[in-house]
Amino acid sequence: MRTGTLFDPIEQDLHTDEYKINMGPQHPATHGVLRLILTIDGEVIKNVEPDLGYIHRSIEKICERDNYRQIVHLTDRMDYLSSHINNEAVCLLIENALEIEVSDRVKVIRTILDELTRISSHLLWWGVMGMDVGALTTFMYGFREREMINDIFENTCGARLTMNYNVPGGLMWDIYSGFVRDTKAFLKHFKPKLKEYNDLLTDNIIFRKRTEGIGVLSKESAIAYGVTGPTMRGSGVSCDIRKLFPYSAYDRVEFEEIFMQGGDTFDRYLVRMKEMEQSIHIIEQLIDNIPEGETLEKTRAVIKLPKGEFYQRVETARGELGVYVISDGKKSPYRMKFRSPGFSNLSVINEIAVGHKIGDFVAIISTLDLVIPDIDR
Amino acid sequence: MGYFSDIIHGFKTLLTGMKVTGKYFFNARKEIITQQYPDNRDTLTFPERFRGRVDMPHNENNEHRCTGCQACEIACPNGSIEIIWDRVLNPETGKKKKAIEKHIYHLSMCTMCNLCIVACPTDAIVMTHEFELAAYDRSDLTFVLNKPGSKLMAGVEE
Repeated sequence: MRTGTLFDPIEQDLHTDEYKINMGPQHPATHGVLRLILTIDGEVIKNVEPDLGYIHRSIEKICERDNYRQIVHLTDRMDYLSSHINNEAVCLLIENALEIEVSDRVKVIRTILDELTRISSHLLWWGVMGMDVGALTTFMYGFREREMINDIFENTCGARLTMNYNVPGGLMWDIYSGFVRDTKAFLKHFKPKLKEYNDLLTDNIIFRKRTEGIGVLSKESAIAYGVTGPTMRGSGVSCDIRKLFPYSAYDRVEFEEIFMQGGDTFDRYLVRMKEMEQSIHIIEQLIDNIPEGETLEKTRAVIKLPKGEFYQRVETARGELGVYVISDGKKSPYRMKFRSPGFSNLSVINEIAVGHKIGDFVAIISTLDLVIPDIDR
Repeated sequence: MGYFSDIIHGFKTLLTGMKVTGKYFFNARKEIITQQYPDNRDTLTFPERFRGRVDMPHNENNEHRCTGCQACEIACPNGSIEIIWDRVLNPETGKKKKAIEKHIYHLSMCTMCNLCIVACPTDAIVMTHEFELAAYDRSDLTFVLNKPGSKLMAGVEE
């Protein structure tokens, strides 16, 4: 027993220091090649600094070289899990700029595929989320259901991930003959699975302990950092582009915008789980009455946008994707800018991760649902 | 009391999860989506629209449908297609006409976006179902799509 001294010799010898470790670029828990420089004190995170640029491909610069038809396929390579929605953003921009009105058939097919894309993206996220917090089973289950969606995509447009199904003025082809049947079969198969997922992971005590109260993102900082998508709705802010600025067939379907008030990791998790239910609901409203009509409006061989600035936003599985084009009337854009949801969502990481342990940090990145090619472009 | 009820609740949630995994453990044959890939090569089925390597179909007389209009070359975002063409004298009409010498396809640059197929006015090129495209040498990734000695199919140009 040492008493009566303010100076503790043991404390002085064994005092802890802050030090830096690299998380990534090739760390399995970072969902891609993202490098995070963590300043940690023992296990506690003091500062997070994302270091981007590892897979920068200068897609925006390539867009200035390519013509408007060719730009569409590049957006597949940004957020590869929402490739159909990315394609749609560029196509909608071109259609709006040229004042082309696509038929109802195109709008409905696009919306159905958007929602299938969203479910497929959320399924992959769910699987990986479980894996990040130590439950490998979810990864297998999530990919199992995702396979059915991928098969529908493959039958529709010949590719499973980089779809390139939207073209300016409509769709590359009509849907294949079994599309409605396959989509219905998927919905029938998928609905009971959601309950299984909740039994398996959502209600799991270990998972709950690891996510509740972790990484709380307040309403104010969510707005300040420009966070969008499920990440922001987990903090209780309305930001669904499908509701606020409806495009395609979203103005004729009924669905709920999911909110949670807490803003912690578990709330962001719940938003995505409930969004899958809403996506099913949207597809169910549309799948039985796909209207007849042209699938491709006539456009000129070389598309030239009128002079000016154009902006189009869509809701991808991760948040708001904005496409901004400055056109000087030539066949390629003068400047193209993508406002990717991943980049803004990543920027909030320092705000919500500081003070947590490294193990929790993995859960936090996981619910931000980062896709690195989307951040780096 | 809260301490013990927490423990019981915790076990309950774990067992609910185990029930789900147990169901699949005992019905392991159900819902298998994986394929024994290299072994099932002969029985693989492809969707009709599958996007593999680009190819130019020839008929039995070694004739293709490519007029050398270069629409695919212009449509390609990556410069994967290169067409070497020349004006060839048609012995029947006595006029010089555009004809392809070589339709070169660089697989190494191709992203399978399908824009060339859509652009082709005569349906001369198609996406095959070929997907095992790895090669040991980069030069193996460049193809000349028109076969040697092939010529334009009659009736395509009109």
